[in-house]
Amino acid sequence: MSTEAPEAPAPEEPRRGSLHSGKGRMADPIFKWAVAACGTIVLVILALMVIRTTSEAWPVFVKEGFFGFLFGQEWTTGNSRTEITGTYGAWPFIYGTLVTSTIAIVIALPLAIMVAFYITHLAPRRLAKPLSYTVELLAAVPSVIFGLWGLHWFLPNVLRPFFEVLESVLGWFFLFEGPIRGVGYLSAGIVLAIMILPIMTAIIREVIAVHPIDQRMAAYALGSTRWEVMRKVVLPASFSGIVAAAMLGLGRALGETIAVLMLIGGSQSWGASLFGTGSSMASHIAATFGEAGPEARTGLMAIGVALFLVTMIVNILARVIVWRLGRMTGDAAV
Amino acid sequence: MRNGRSKLAVLAAIPLLAAACSNGGGETDATGDGGGDLSASLTGAGASFPDPLFQDWIYTYNSDVQSGVDINYQSVGSGAGIEQFLEQTVDFGSSEEYLGEESLEAAAEARGCEAVQFPVVFGSVVIAFNNPDLDGLVLDAETIAGIYSTEITSFDDPAIAELNPDMDLPSDEIVPVHRSDSSGTTAVFTHYLATEVESWADEYGEGKELDWASGLVGGQQNDGVAQGISQNPGGIGYVNQSYAQEAGLSVAKVVNADGTPIEPTLESTIAASEEADVPDNFQFAIDGIGGEGYPIAGTNWIFTYTCGYDQESADAIIDFWTWALTDESAQDLAGELGYAPLGDELTERVIAELEKTNSENGDEG
Repeated sequence: MSTEAPEAPAPEEPRRGSLHSGKGRMADPIFKWAVAACGTIVLVILALMVIRTTSEAWPVFVKEGFFGFLFGQEWTTGNSRTEITGTYGAWPFIYGTLVTSTIAIVIALPLAIMVAFYITHLAPRRLAKPLSYTVELLAAVPSVIFGLWGLHWFLPNVLRPFFEVLESVLGWFFLFEGPIRGVGYLSAGIVLAIMILPIMTAIIREVIAVHPIDQRMAAYALGSTRWEVMRKVVLPASFSGIVAAAMLGLGRALGETIAVLMLIGGSQSWGASLFGTGSSMASHIAATFGEAGPEARTGLMAIGVALFLVTMIVNILARVIVWRLGRMTGDAAV
Repeated sequence: MRNGRSKLAVLAAIPLLAAACSNGGGETDATGDGGGDLSASLTGAGASFPDPLFQDWIYTYNSDVQSGVDINYQSVGSGAGIEQFLEQTVDFGSSEEYLGEESLEAAAEARGCEAVQFPVVFGSVVIAFNNPDLDGLVLDAETIAGIYSTEITSFDDPAIAELNPDMDLPSDEIVPVHRSDSSGTTAVFTHYLATEVESWADEYGEGKELDWASGLVGGQQNDGVAQGISQNPGGIGYVNQSYAQEAGLSVAKVVNADGTPIEPTLESTIAASEEADVPDNFQFAIDGIGGEGYPIAGTNWIFTYTCGYDQESADAIIDFWTWALTDESAQDLAGELGYAPLGDELTERVIAELEKTNSENGDEG
């Protein structure tokens, strides 16, 4: 993670005759350029995507205004081929993306930390391996399978009964107000949580596993319980790695399309209740792109730009949090 | 031991492989039997609503009629179909909406000659329920609009009771389900409501996607709608007739312009298409259906150009669609899947229009 390491002096070139050919002398510069080119390609691709989508979406931003687009509540597409005639307000979709991702991360993060801690510290060896393989296998399941399974089995058999209990207990609270329709923000968020769990668990497991055993042993020697060791020794030291894992998970949750599309209940309105139906940015693009005319396509491009912005802002916020907390706990910033 | 087993496995695989090969050979033989003297490779793109039928047509045509003609139809959606047609990346486009004047001009400008459009098949949109006891429930445009604008919230609402004096209506809360993806089915359904009910036109309008009232459930594709219906006790939703027929859903009778409640069947869809008044430019919607016709029906159009194909492709396009529109086996396929073929008089007009394909082309092929 530390990029500021002082540059070590280049090692002397080996002087063995058989290897010391003209080709060998060129290997290092060539390798350096190849690696630099690979690094640059990422930046170029990103820049091309941003420029292309923004320029295609430009007419919509001109008509609605930047904030008008982000916070507008109405989305009505027009059918013109040359100008912008509809109304484009992306707030319901932005809200849907933020809510489902928040639900996902709130559920998945503690779960991932506990699973990782169990695998690395508590599970008997013969259970730890299969368990970590299984978690990784979960990462290989395509999202459309999560969507289908969620819609056809998980939703009617598990989530719905759970929602009904939740509503009868906490129905007075605005987040859990009925009616329950099955599909909605909460269903999409919970399935998203399952989807981002494996990647987060895998990373957190690695981070926790490299934590020096001396420190833990010292803590145990001082009479700490397992909970205290995890809470006060392992977690603070692994903080930046855990945030990195959360960021990756959040990235997937923000951009996840097909599973959300199948479970969020696709509506263009939005509401506070988590049982309500809505749409996320990615799911709305996927749902309407096929049938979109040129004007509607411009609007969808603008949602793409907004999705990019939201992802960027969330990432920057996370960096800031790590940096601030890192300074407080004395941990190296990510 | 392990070695022996793997050898056995290889040995066992050989006859399988041979069978697979000979099977493949048999298939090519079968397509060879189809004969035909045309040879072309066509691509088409567009609406997903007629996709099952188009795929069946293409398969049957290729194996029974013209084995030299390969047609690749991509169900990318009506919007994308129109776009790809206008960008000339496909030989024919397909859509559940006809091309308006603006699109026709754009097409003519891009290609340098006029585009041709003609309807090939009709389909209806049905109202399906969760509750099988409600099969045959009578609804009219006003009550459907009331349900979808959440003014009618239970099945024993007086407006529904009035239409169904003999039915024992439950007091279940109605949960209306709509398509969350942009879809021609939604366009047909909302066009019907907007034409028949003024308040619906004012408040919600029509289109492939809509700003629905809050509290409704959205489903991705027909399957998502079917799940929304089956998972909510009072679920009610609209799907293609072909889908409802396949899934065996309970459906509503809908009151048509003559005040008759009509069950959505193949016959009533054909009757509706015969009621439709089709102008010479084929830009029409099926509105105000009376008689024996089921009132919520839509059309699928095919687009081609009057120039720019090589002779072989043009011949293949005309031959394929003529076959699809007139051949008895093709029409039977349509019926089996719940799509209504065109009437005789309309077919004649459509064939005349179809034959304009590539007619403006120069002398050379």
